[in-house]
Amino acid sequence: MTSAAAPTLNRSSGSKRFLSQPGSKFGLGVVILVVLAAIFAPWIWPIDPLEQDVLGKLAPPSLEHPLGTDSFGRDVLSRLLHAARISLFIGVMAIALALVLGTAIGVAAGYIGGWFDSMVCALLDVLLSFPTLLLGLMVVAMLGPSVENLIIAIAITELAPFARVARAPAIALRGREFVEAGRALGFSDMRIVVVHVVPNLLSEVVVVASLWLAAAIRTEASLSFIGLGVKPPTPTWGGMIREGFEHILDAPWLALAPGFAILITVLGLNLLGDGLRDALDPKAQRE
Amino acid sequence: MTAFLIRRLLLAIPTLLLVMTAVFALARIVPGDPALVILGDQATQEALDALRERLGLDKPLAAQYIEFLGGILTGNLGTSLITGKSVWSEVVAVIPFTIELTLAAILIGVLLGVPLGLYAAVHCNRWPDTLTRLISLAGLSFPAFVSAILLLLAFAIYLRWFPVISSPALDDPIERIRHLALPALNLGLIMTAYVTRVMRASVLNVLGEDYIRTARAKGMGARVVLWRHALRNALIPVATVVGLYLGTMIGNSVLTEIVFNRPGLGKLILGALDQRDYTLLQGLMIFFAGLIVLANAATDIAYGVIDPRVRYRS
Repeated sequence: MTSAAAPTLNRSSGSKRFLSQPGSKFGLGVVILVVLAAIFAPWIWPIDPLEQDVLGKLAPPSLEHPLGTDSFGRDVLSRLLHAARISLFIGVMAIALALVLGTAIGVAAGYIGGWFDSMVCALLDVLLSFPTLLLGLMVVAMLGPSVENLIIAIAITELAPFARVARAPAIALRGREFVEAGRALGFSDMRIVVVHVVPNLLSEVVVVASLWLAAAIRTEASLSFIGLGVKPPTPTWGGMIREGFEHILDAPWLALAPGFAILITVLGLNLLGDGLRDALDPKAQRE
Repeated sequence: MTAFLIRRLLLAIPTLLLVMTAVFALARIVPGDPALVILGDQATQEALDALRERLGLDKPLAAQYIEFLGGILTGNLGTSLITGKSVWSEVVAVIPFTIELTLAAILIGVLLGVPLGLYAAVHCNRWPDTLTRLISLAGLSFPAFVSAILLLLAFAIYLRWFPVISSPALDDPIERIRHLALPALNLGLIMTAYVTRVMRASVLNVLGEDYIRTARAKGMGARVVLWRHALRNALIPVATVVGLYLGTMIGNSVLTEIVFNRPGLGKLILGALDQRDYTLLQGLMIFFAGLIVLANAATDIAYGVIDPRVRYRS
């Protein structure tokens, strides 16, 4: 178990370690590029992703359409860039929601302890008993496919890991001197938790966040591929693969381009998360 | 040992009860009337009433809950709304295909992943290790349907080595394997990536133990230490991977079955979704969650069998 104060102590050597690894540098670079591409999509390739051209449908890659056109004659490159916006937005929002709720639940369970802790742990076990994809699928099927519901569904599937990561250090911190000192000074529990406990477990939560953002983007793509994603014509990577898969024989680039986009984004986030974990985990430093 | 086994199995019971309650609740959170959702806006009042009665929705919530729990405890997961068959018989009809696929994938994952992980650990922090780590991370980054599409394009569409649609119910064993190969390879390679990472970490962990240093200090050769002392202990966490990985594996097999159009539990779920067969969906969710709870219990028990220290921990 990582002691909660250690990441703070090792921060300077940690960032050096992070940057000395080629994998983490590559991951960081990829993630920055994808984010920039998503933000500046309309300026990078100023073609409307929804504009149809029935006569020019299923065109192979050319100078005019570098990634070809889909079955409605829409420009695939433009759709790919705009899909990055939706997919990243859903992923980031879902993780933000899971992070805030999960950390709050985990810290509360660890700090309060007793029957409350046991109850929270039992509920987390239940969440972890469902296959991620099926839980997401069931929630979206029940609530109906929309951007908000996708965010809620993915956040639910990733609540438990955050709660677990936050709970353990919260238990350890409860007995630490500075928390006792705070209590002796008459600080309220809320103040102790927010000011003294939460900042000490943030680094661990951040590592989990970057790794689970990769999973969130994959889950969103999978749900869209199954047909439970954001409704067409809004482009998402998973949805583009779903549409492209129908033309896999005559226009394989329709499925390949978004597939590659998902792969590179998820790989970048995984490399980044792995690098962060290695850099912040003092146990890994000894190896 | 028996006491440990019984205690661990008893621990699964509250989780299973909560799982059932969660599925029950989830199925009733649906905004609007479930009968209306199932039948659509055009349905007549009589049809809606009839369906509500069939689903037991006209009874009070507590009565519905008790009936639901009682049904499951007597082994009844409910009946499909569309076909009228029991959820069990729907599951039994396709589960051999899913089991076949899963076992083949586990075989591939272990046969490739264990040696790769060992190789990477022995060459820790040198280029074979870096390469293996990068490849396994790439493998873990693939959404299962993207890798499935790539395999399909390369080996079924361009090279034509394998059929595009995987139909598993064939008598000819060679044809059966040809139909199984690509879906199994897809799930198996993703699992290989996972097993490789676990194996690498596990070997490195064991190599850092005191008894390995003792063995080395006694003058044993590196090879003997690795094969006789390290390998056996390093395999313990890997043996439990299957239990921990089951949830991801189920999701991946759903996606794989879609791409290869192969019958199985995944296709069954999708069919239930498409046809708004909520009772089938509910039954399947309980089936899968129950499977995972039992797999977790089995994993813990396996740990207890292998490592006696686990048994006596509270």
